[in-house]
Amino acid sequence: MLRMENVSKTYRHRGQMVTALNEASAEIPEGDFVSIVGPSGSGKSTLLLMLGGMLSPSHGRVFLEGKSVYDLNLNDRAQLRREKLGFVFQTFNLVPYLSALENVQVPLFLSKTDEKEQKDRAAALLDRVGLGDRLDHKPRELSVGQQQRVALARMLANDPAVILADEPTGNLDPETSQQVIGYLEEFNREGRTIVMVTHDPRAAKRAKRTLRLQSGAITCQGAGEEDCWEPDSAVA
Amino acid sequence: MKLRTLVLREIFERKSQLLTSFLAILLGITVIVSIKNITYYSEKAVALEMDSLGANVLVLPKSSTLQDYYAADMQGETIPEEYVTQLAMSDLAGLDNLSPKLSMPVELQGKSFTLTGILPKSEFQAKAAWGGAGIFSRPIGCGASVGMMGSEDKKTLARKRVIETLEDNEVLVGADVAGKLGLKEADKLEVLGKTFSVTAVLPQTGTVDDSRVFAHLHVVQDLSKKGPVINAIEVIGCCQEISKGLVEKVNRLLPDAKVVTITQIADAQIRINRMMSNLSLMFLVIIVFVGGASIANYMYANVFERRREIGTLMALGANSGLVLRIFLLKALILGVAGGIGGYVIGTILAVILGPKLAGVIVLPMPLLAVLAVGISVALALVASYFPARRAARLDPCATFQEV
Repeated sequence: MLRMENVSKTYRHRGQMVTALNEASAEIPEGDFVSIVGPSGSGKSTLLLMLGGMLSPSHGRVFLEGKSVYDLNLNDRAQLRREKLGFVFQTFNLVPYLSALENVQVPLFLSKTDEKEQKDRAAALLDRVGLGDRLDHKPRELSVGQQQRVALARMLANDPAVILADEPTGNLDPETSQQVIGYLEEFNREGRTIVMVTHDPRAAKRAKRTLRLQSGAITCQGAGEEDCWEPDSAVA
Repeated sequence: MKLRTLVLREIFERKSQLLTSFLAILLGITVIVSIKNITYYSEKAVALEMDSLGANVLVLPKSSTLQDYYAADMQGETIPEEYVTQLAMSDLAGLDNLSPKLSMPVELQGKSFTLTGILPKSEFQAKAAWGGAGIFSRPIGCGASVGMMGSEDKKTLARKRVIETLEDNEVLVGADVAGKLGLKEADKLEVLGKTFSVTAVLPQTGTVDDSRVFAHLHVVQDLSKKGPVINAIEVIGCCQEISKGLVEKVNRLLPDAKVVTITQIADAQIRINRMMSNLSLMFLVIIVFVGGASIANYMYANVFERRREIGTLMALGANSGLVLRIFLLKALILGVAGGIGGYVIGTILAVILGPKLAGVIVLPMPLLAVLAVGISVALALVASYFPARRAARLDPCATFQEV
């Protein structure tokens, strides 16, 4: 489903070369649930952005369903994101001036869905995450947990095959975090592939696999019960 | 959800930030509309005033002097009548009415008067039509009711200096002539052995015209035995055209004649026009710089403030074209609102202040709405283009915590 081949990302910052990702290779099959862990600045989000077609690598290639993502032009990549990918952000990134319903409608509007269908589908998705009675609430009128659930509903709007989550529980209390991870597990059971960047060991352990990043390099790929959380874990 | 919904929601959510830019464009358009509106009606009023003064350009023999404007045709010098045809058939814009004159002193019942031959408009109208060109194929009118008035009331001669028709046996008499000779309409009057019928007694003008007897030019030419000549051609020229050098153009066309104008009247109008036009231009420059800078500044700030939101939209699949459209649509809405608001307020101000500032009644001009919205929209779009392009090129990575 998702494949990275010797992907590196370097950039210049204040005259110095910085390596965000170094010769990283990984394969994530369809239906997988992978957590990416590692210290801050280790390249977790860079990796996620590359998988999402938003940051081109300096070297190497990224494939989604066999297609080389960065051989596509910008518009085709935007279309790929609309049709195949769903994003979940740590700070939810809801549009502040839109209601919950309208926020969920955004991806449907981008994929040119009919307005009535947009509303029906958005309402159904919000209902699914338990916010059927909060359709007209603006993000500031919702709790953080509710905001993340709106973001989950928005992510599901175009029925993505792959979900890329950037620290989805980073801003949530433990109880709400469990609830959000529960939703991700549910989406995974539906057959969606999930890649989740997290700092939270409990969230990471709920994934099927863990990738550990250290200084831009994948230092551990653990499967099943194998624990990649410890910094000295070996590459599997 | 539509693009419009997305843009309008954002505008209303952050309306206080937009207010400064909106006010800048609104005030600028308001002032432009007010000035344009008042100027238009002020020019129209002055044109009407000029019309009421009668002819404002005189074509005279080269050697004549202009001590008395109204008696300019009474100096004995002549120019060929053909000059009228040349003027009528020229392509000079701004010549609305031509009134050739030939004057000679006459004694009627022992009293001295002036017999003035005039050419009714119907005759040189026909000449020009035969030529297939000239004054009647040109756009005419100064915005006033000068020119082809089509009135059959022969008393209009006193004011308009032009008459539609005049038969060979007809005369018009000035107020003094009528008073001294006891004439009234339909009376008979014998002049130099020819009997005329008085078709109209002209109202008092306070000029030498009150002592004139007006007859057909060709009849007066026959009576004076001077042939096809005239003393003067009175012309109602458009003020705008006079300011653009009409007098010089007529001089070039008729190099053997002297062309003069009531310069003080034309100059006054030219000064008002120039002042209004400069004022309008000045405000246009101000609105372009102040309004444009304000909009551009606001848009750049807005793009910066919304970079995470833009990045989110891109992560969700928006392409750069859509982001560009979001910002340009916002600019379009700002421009349309500023233009319409500016037109409405500017028109209200013009209607209220016009009579006080310019002494003229000002009415709304729907055409100015097109100008107002056009300027406003163009300005908003141009000022927003580069910020919008920057938004469209934003790095969507801004949506993530760490790169």
